[in-house]
Amino acid sequence: MDWLFFGEISLAGLAMGGLYALIALGFVMIYKATRVINFAIGEIMMFAAYLFLAFAGGMELSPWIAMPLAVLGGSILGGVIEKTMIRPMLGESPISVVMVTIGIASILVGVVEFFWTADPQLLPQFLPREPVFIGPLYLAPKIAYGFLIGAAVLVLYLLYFRFSRGGVALRATASDQAAAYSMGINVRRVFNLAWVFGSLAASLAGILVAATGGLSPQFGIIGLSVLVVVIVGGLDSILGALIAGLFIGWLETVAGAYLGGEYRMPATFVVLAVILVIRPYGLFGTHEIERV
Amino acid sequence: MEALLEIDNIEVVYNKAVQVLRGLSLRVPRGAIVALLGSNGAGKSTTLKSVSGLLALEDGEVTAGEVRFNGTNVKTLAPEKLVRSGLFHVMEGRRVFEDLTVEENLIAATYALSGRKTPALSDSYELVYDYFPRLKERRKQLAGYLSGGEQQMLALGRALIAQPQLIMLDEPSLGLAPLLVEEIFTIVARINREQGTAILLVEQNAAVSLAIASYGYIMENGKIVIDGPADKLTANEDVREFYLGVGGAEGEARSYRDIKHYKRRKRWLS
Ligand SMILES: Nc1ncnc2c1ncn2[C@@H]1O[C@H](COP(=O)(O)OP(=O)(O)OP(=O)(O)O)[C@@H](O)[C@H]1O
Ligand SMILES: [Mg+2]
Repeated sequence: MDWLFFGEISLAGLAMGGLYALIALGFVMIYKATRVINFAIGEIMMFAAYLFLAFAGGMELSPWIAMPLAVLGGSILGGVIEKTMIRPMLGESPISVVMVTIGIASILVGVVEFFWTADPQLLPQFLPREPVFIGPLYLAPKIAYGFLIGAAVLVLYLLYFRFSRGGVALRATASDQAAAYSMGINVRRVFNLAWVFGSLAASLAGILVAATGGLSPQFGIIGLSVLVVVIVGGLDSILGALIAGLFIGWLETVAGAYLGGEYRMPATFVVLAVILVIRPYGLFGTHEIERV
Repeated sequence: MEALLEIDNIEVVYNKAVQVLRGLSLRVPRGAIVALLGSNGAGKSTTLKSVSGLLALEDGEVTAGEVRFNGTNVKTLAPEKLVRSGLFHVMEGRRVFEDLTVEENLIAATYALSGRKTPALSDSYELVYDYFPRLKERRKQLAGYLSGGEQQMLALGRALIAQPQLIMLDEPSLGLAPLLVEEIFTIVARINREQGTAILLVEQNAAVSLAIASYGYIMENGKIVIDGPADKLTANEDVREFYLGVGGAEGEARSYRDIKHYKRRKRWLS
């Protein structure tokens, strides 16, 4: 066995896993606050990546301006979806709400195909290109810098949850919605902000992932891997999302390298099946989670 | 004079089907402690939820009548706005945020102060720790690991942070040992006296409630069946027999179970 190769593949996998973790964090944030399983998260990140393409490619803005703009666009999209399509569903059965998010996902695919066609696109290069070495191990610069940006944002999120007053309001709402109302917390606003910031995390990760491998309207499929990540981690556990994100990213990349690209998804689904058998509520989730 | 809280003839229906309140009225004057007593299922918690607007979360609706806080119909305000206008509801079962620390639970309550001019926050944390020194020792601890009594203290502490004009307390004695109940009620009376906060106290424990309240209502089946100044209620024979556990003819104390058993046979004023 070539340990150097294995090390490099693992490293790349973990870096991709860091971006999965960021998307998963966005998903978990929305789920924890609002109890909505958002099947559109992959398409929201795809949409943001296309916005980046439009700003940086079409309008020829500097990528470093295009990226925040596209992330902002993705966040606003999340906020608007919550306000116009999810909020009116309040009190409906969880399954109906899930169906709405699936509907939103296909609308977004349609919109993107309408404006950018169904053909794959390449994002303009904007990350530094010098090779990155960690010890003896080579890491593709796109992946390395993507990981760094993603990890920085992830840490900011965690610090915010843990230490800010807004983080307290979010966790209070997640823990007991009626009690949060009785504290004077504007719960509807917390819901909306959870969608905005959840979509922000996903949008940023989407642009960084698309920068490594290209973009097509099917890009949102990544959302499926992320769903595996959050189910493995336990739908409502942030720590679970982070660890499972790294793990699934690593597993997919290693499976892809040793068994061939077509084994990436099957490998993750085998893991999903095993985890669900031994721990139905995920590795770190709380027991009373309702499964879809 | 207009009372701080006025409930006028309200009717409440859950799930558009089950009627729980049937024309209930009561008032809480400024700065007073008013007790609302009744046995399980009488509709006490429902009454509080229709005031604070939390009814909607359980698919309940006020179908008739009106609730006014400070003269304003509470229907016109979103739940969080109502809290910010000075009406704080301590829900049944305390409902502390279990995976937040004691301190974070208090921080959550500062949202009740949004848009209000209030004294420095550090002072109000000190005020809470002054009333409940035990919370200060445990302030970095998760609220889920507190004892029942400490959780009740935290629930009251959150109410203090909000600096309300009215605190609605739903069964603070629930599941607490008698000694602790007395301690909690003493503090409730102190808060009322020192902060000037009016208190609407919902309880099954009539004896301790009427001891600190100035006025009491007793409800059954969604209606008030008897009301009056606390001392008059305490002296009332029916109340003594059925709510204070002081026996009628035989003059012996009864357990609560007996009272409920008797109640089925004899109804208030009917
Ligand atoms: N969310 C709900 N949906 C349907 N019915 C409800 C709901 N909440 C309460 N009820 C019913 O309304 C009635 C009054 O309930 P409520 O909780 O107000 O009583 P309570 O006086 O507070 O009783 P307890 O002393 O046990 O707390 C009960 O018969 C109860 O079954
Ligand atoms: Mg009750």
